[in-house]
Amino acid sequence: MNAPAPALPLLEVEGLSVAFGRALAVDGISFAVARGETLGLVGESGCGKSTTALALMRLLAGARIAGAARLGGDDLLALDEGAMRERRGADIAMIFQDPGTALHPMIRVGDQIVEALHAHLPLSEREARERARALLGKVGIAAPEERLAAYPHEMSGGMCQRVMIAMAIACSPRLLLADEPTTALDVTVQAQILDVLRDLVTETGMGVILITHDLGVVAGMTDRVAVMYAGRIVELAPTVTLFARPVHPYTSGLLDCIPRLDSGWDEPVPAIPGSVQGAMDLPGCRFAPRCPRASAACAEVPRLREIEPGHLVACWNAP
Amino acid sequence: MADATLMAVTIAPPRAGLLKRLVRHRLSILALVVLAVLVVGSAGAPWLAPHDPEELDLASRYAPPFAAGHILGTDDLGRDVLTRLMFAGQISLAVGIAAMLVTVVVGFSVGAFAAYYGRWVGTVLMRLTDIMLCFPSVFLLLFVAAFVTPSLASMALMIGLTCWMEIARIVYSQILVLKSADFIAAAQMVGAPSWRIILRQILPNTMAPVLVAATLNTANAILLESYLSFLGYGIQPPEASWGNMLTNAQSDFQVDPWLAVFPGIAITLAVTSFNFLGDGLRDALDPRTAGR
Amino acid sequence: MSEVLVAAEGLARHYRLRGGRTLRALDGIDLGIGPRATLGLVGESGSGKSTLGRTLVGLQPPTLGRVRFEGRDAGATDPATLRRLRQQRQIIFQDPSGALNPRMTVGDTIVEHLRVQGWSRPEARARAAAVIERAGLQADFLPRYPHEISGGQRQRVVIARAISTDPAFIVADEPVSALDVSTRAQIMNLLRDLQAERGLTMLFISHDLSVVAHMCRDVAVMYLGRIVELAPRAALFRAPRHPYTAALLAAIPLLDPVRERARARTRLKGEPPDPSAVPRGCRFHPRCPRATDICLAVDPPTRALDPGHRFACHHPLDPA
Repeated sequence: MNAPAPALPLLEVEGLSVAFGRALAVDGISFAVARGETLGLVGESGCGKSTTALALMRLLAGARIAGAARLGGDDLLALDEGAMRERRGADIAMIFQDPGTALHPMIRVGDQIVEALHAHLPLSEREARERARALLGKVGIAAPEERLAAYPHEMSGGMCQRVMIAMAIACSPRLLLADEPTTALDVTVQAQILDVLRDLVTETGMGVILITHDLGVVAGMTDRVAVMYAGRIVELAPTVTLFARPVHPYTSGLLDCIPRLDSGWDEPVPAIPGSVQGAMDLPGCRFAPRCPRASAACAEVPRLREIEPGHLVACWNAP
Repeated sequence: MADATLMAVTIAPPRAGLLKRLVRHRLSILALVVLAVLVVGSAGAPWLAPHDPEELDLASRYAPPFAAGHILGTDDLGRDVLTRLMFAGQISLAVGIAAMLVTVVVGFSVGAFAAYYGRWVGTVLMRLTDIMLCFPSVFLLLFVAAFVTPSLASMALMIGLTCWMEIARIVYSQILVLKSADFIAAAQMVGAPSWRIILRQILPNTMAPVLVAATLNTANAILLESYLSFLGYGIQPPEASWGNMLTNAQSDFQVDPWLAVFPGIAITLAVTSFNFLGDGLRDALDPRTAGR
Repeated sequence: MSEVLVAAEGLARHYRLRGGRTLRALDGIDLGIGPRATLGLVGESGSGKSTLGRTLVGLQPPTLGRVRFEGRDAGATDPATLRRLRQQRQIIFQDPSGALNPRMTVGDTIVEHLRVQGWSRPEARARAAAVIERAGLQADFLPRYPHEISGGQRQRVVIARAISTDPAFIVADEPVSALDVSTRAQIMNLLRDLQAERGLTMLFISHDLSVVAHMCRDVAVMYLGRIVELAPRAALFRAPRHPYTAALLAAIPLLDPVRERARARTRLKGEPPDPSAVPRGCRFHPRCPRATDICLAVDPPTRALDPGHRFACHHPLDPA
């Protein structure tokens, strides 16, 4: 759990930038994920966290992507489309926020899982069905045999998300990208889905990038966290360290402004003033206009630097 | 005619720079220019026309273009064709635009009433709309025209009353979506009367697709007026419309084919221009293409 | 509760579905919210919490039962009462984009809201400028369109519109759920300030118990159209009596990795239930870890053991 920067990373992202037309959505971010590790990618809407995942999956049409993302010796960003298609599902898989729209509405879920299996594994129809049923059991679906014959609209959101996870892990990918997998679900169901994900990581040893805006989910699920603001990583640290000693003003502001269930009911919630609007166009530190510690130095772009082993911060005025 | 009902039902923000995006649609700008020329030429006919529309020049009947001081020639009675085209344009364009207004008012009212009040009233109105859609409007029109004395007003009314269904359906589907929006709930909560909600909250949000359909309806109405007049149910001679100029030309086609060409061109120009304008408006108003 | 501004008495709201089934969005709600009090309302999707909010402000008529406002039946139809009810009760919606007419400027939105209630145009304009500033925006926001401002700013406009009629009672239906984390706190604080300053009575609906803890002194928990537990927040969060409340609390991740990981995993089985198929007996029994035979047969009555703390359960948890 207290993993420092991994020695032998499963995925190594270096200087990833994504631009749509003239607008930069992700601005030169670097991070690594180890085998069996869960990295949290946290930030508010528009910070570039989902774009990062889609760029790694090479699912962004019309975007210009720069940088490198090495997964098992290959640069995902340099592979040709055919080679990438072979990787998707087999090496790297993704689950999305809205399971209702990510599943095909007119195809029985069993057939969808079987198709995902057939894409990469040489299985007979019967073997594939058998495997599909086992997968549904693994993600905690009761009566998997019946569910195989169901259509997505006959199932609840939580059930659909379980099916999505089953499809994603069908070919035992080494890396799973989970983009807000529980945001659309109720808390009780969120807890169930997170349990499923946690157990799968322990069992399979796959690496996970968990994208979320919910720091509570991060606290319970991740080994390390990268906090993103306006297209850049502003802080990267082991989860325990980040929650105990947040250094970047944005991280600490974010942690402070979340209402807690257990304390401070009668005090106003400390808010981060202003909004993220327009931050992408700032020349220096993009958080500076909202930052209580901003100074003249912030006109320059702060680089990520290591302030203690495994704890990186991009701030001029960090202690 | 392009199918305006295919437009996505969307609650779109107001389009800043509508004109700018319309400009990018080259064909619709060309269409706008052509329409401007047609409108100015027709509306300004009493002042701009080279001759009097009733003036007979029996010495030079069936004059070809550019002969005897007539730019587009003369007809069987020696009347100046350009002059008559310009005066006929008054009738044809007026009927087209007036009929379009009728389709908008009737279509919007029926669609809005059906969607907003729902229940059996809505069902009855929309089934009626569907039934009306089943008849080709030309037959409907000819049937009615047989009983009505043609005039500018009656033509516009007849054409309008047989062509409002598409707008009704567009408005109906738009309002069904809008009705559940929270800003409508907010207005209902303070007791805004239905007419006020429809006019202030709903109408502005349905304007975009209605505008597109209205433009296309204008083209259609001009065409229908030409049919009717051509078949003799429309504007009666000696008053000229593009349609009845074609009728006259028919009998003289062997003698002077030019007589059919010019009203034909006028109709084609007007109709295609309105169609292109409609297409351009659709692209310019479509939120999905707004950012491009 | 001795003094009550808004009350629900045996409130039910049923929807007829195709195939003759009935969706019971509200299924017997008794509730009183005192003047200047803020009641939190929590529950999963399909629990009926939004329907309750909309029924209390009069956006939907109840199928059974009645809403009382200032002691009088809010279903009244005489013009004077109607006018007062419309002015006194307002609502703030979850999605600020859908709550504002995209083709109306911020100023027009508020002016129209007041004009409908008989304000003159100049009066309404002055009022709009005043409330928009109270909601934390400058007057230069008035001529802008909703798509030109951020989500948090839009929610401020919705709040400004709600307070423009100077209401006594506001239903806030998930007012911060659609907002970004850093904006959320701003809006919560604004609502807290307004509540204190104007002595508002508020029903604060949210699926997020932590938000409710910060906004409300009393909290009601809804499950399938019923209030299953209602208590002061300290009692509800520290010593819940209903197993469903306890399960909801257990499902919320703590903001502390060490404690979160050390926590026992007690998970509620199953999914949020279908309000068109309410189980017999106690409606929570299919998911309840404490269910026994009586729960399958008998719908538990609401009991009040401590003052202000009531719940509907045959086998309540110990208050320890």
